[in-house]
Amino acid sequence: MNIKSKTRLDPAALRTDFPILAREVHGKPLVYLDNAASTQKPQAALETVDEFHRAHYANIHRGVHTLSEEATTAYEEARDKLVAFVNAPNRRGVIFTRNTTEAINLVAYAWGRTHVGPGDRIVVTEMEHHSNLVPWQVLAREVGAELAYVSVTDEGLLDLESLDRLLHGSVKLVAFTHVSNVLGTVNPAREIVTRAHAAGARALVDAAQSVPHLPVDVEALDCDFLAFSGHKMCGPTGASVLYGRLELLEEMSPFLTGGGMIERVERMEATWADLPGKFEAGTPAITEAVGLGAAVDYLSGVGMEAVWAHEQELAFYALERLVEMPGVRVIGPLAGERSGVVAFTVESIHPHDLAQALDWEGIAIRAGHHCAQPLHERLELEATARASFYLYNTREEVDRLVEGIQKAQGWF
Amino acid sequence: MENLYREHILDHYRHPRNQGTLENADISCEQDNPVCGDVVRLDIRLSAGRVSEARFDGHGCVISMASASMFTEEILGKTVEELRVLQDEDVFSMLGITLGPVRAKCGLLPLRVLHEGLARLERTYGCSLSA
Repeated sequence: MNIKSKTRLDPAALRTDFPILAREVHGKPLVYLDNAASTQKPQAALETVDEFHRAHYANIHRGVHTLSEEATTAYEEARDKLVAFVNAPNRRGVIFTRNTTEAINLVAYAWGRTHVGPGDRIVVTEMEHHSNLVPWQVLAREVGAELAYVSVTDEGLLDLESLDRLLHGSVKLVAFTHVSNVLGTVNPAREIVTRAHAAGARALVDAAQSVPHLPVDVEALDCDFLAFSGHKMCGPTGASVLYGRLELLEEMSPFLTGGGMIERVERMEATWADLPGKFEAGTPAITEAVGLGAAVDYLSGVGMEAVWAHEQELAFYALERLVEMPGVRVIGPLAGERSGVVAFTVESIHPHDLAQALDWEGIAIRAGHHCAQPLHERLELEATARASFYLYNTREEVDRLVEGIQKAQGWF
Repeated sequence: MENLYREHILDHYRHPRNQGTLENADISCEQDNPVCGDVVRLDIRLSAGRVSEARFDGHGCVISMASASMFTEEILGKTVEELRVLQDEDVFSMLGITLGPVRAKCGLLPLRVLHEGLARLERTYGCSLSA
């Protein structure tokens, strides 16, 4: 691993840790700006996974033999790394899931169905990713609850007054995103959690776009549930995390059932394993969890404050360059704290065609609605283009993006 | 770029053929691709069991709009049966370009609209139609 600067990271040096970034696409050096969708993997994590497969792999938890013990240790050590990474108060409240979507579904299924009833209210926001909307739509319909929305302002911020108007009566849950995957908006998570609690509601934080990019402390946030994806933080696909408040997880019924999450099984009934096992049915994504642990090591070495500072700098440089381009409109806040997610439109060029044109220059962005159709409806946009930065992106890559857009404008 | 945005594709996008609507069309249907906001509407007039007039309307990316424009020319003179058996491959041949899975949906939108329109027509008449 290269430079470990606490204050300023050197993306040029970090890039050499990521083999895929040396690739060419259509004969041009790859400019990977689709990090909100997923992130690339550092050599160190790839080597850890490879080593695990070569020397320590077996199924975990049950076996008495050496390989099983080594694999179990590796898996549980990975969990401990995640516990420390988000400052969870207890390792029993950190559960491995496949992805953020599964984590939220777990809460909707195992907590929502027994804690939300007819006439209760679930609060979400207009800027949510579908994964933090659809499970609540389904739950509300099933139990006869009301689904209500916090508004997004024209500047792309949450209208906290509209939140307050919903925090009365039998409001049971506020489910919101920490950082928007379209607008780049950073929401005042601690404040929202506090207000939710004051109204007697629980708070679930979709941290898919926050934990990978900035230091997150679940104890300080005091949230009841928080979910994030390993593949969006340099880890492999398949291992993600649900953090839950212990007292809630303890009384919740399981989500998926079967082996791995039981204590004792008789013919007609079974008892459940302790946390976190109760919510990890079947053989888990063992290798993937180990890979995620290695990714956490890498990110901790770089320093999350440094990652965040770098992204802010890139985001604002991108905004600076984009707003001066004729026909280009940036979506989301132009000032204040902002993540490295920059959505924009280009006049007369459909986002799909723009993404195609940029691909031709080796530049990977995302086009469409980014799993946020209600947000696009609120913004009165059909589709947008989105560039999203990470620790290994550079100012030069922002320049390439701008040049690519100019070229597309000339072409179409 | 040239592979996807061939001359004829861009030509149809910039100078669409048969854009507009038809009053009292025999087949009239619209669909959107919610993933990206492409919208295609088709209006088709039949005469003696064949397409005598076709129009498209809508908005969207180059591929979806060019495809819709080319489609209205492609289906002229076809019987209802010939319309019904049109497959994805026929649209790809018509376009003359290779599309990845995401852009394929853009290109195939007019075909989807046609099939939905045909299904509605059959339901209206309460039986299956043949030339």
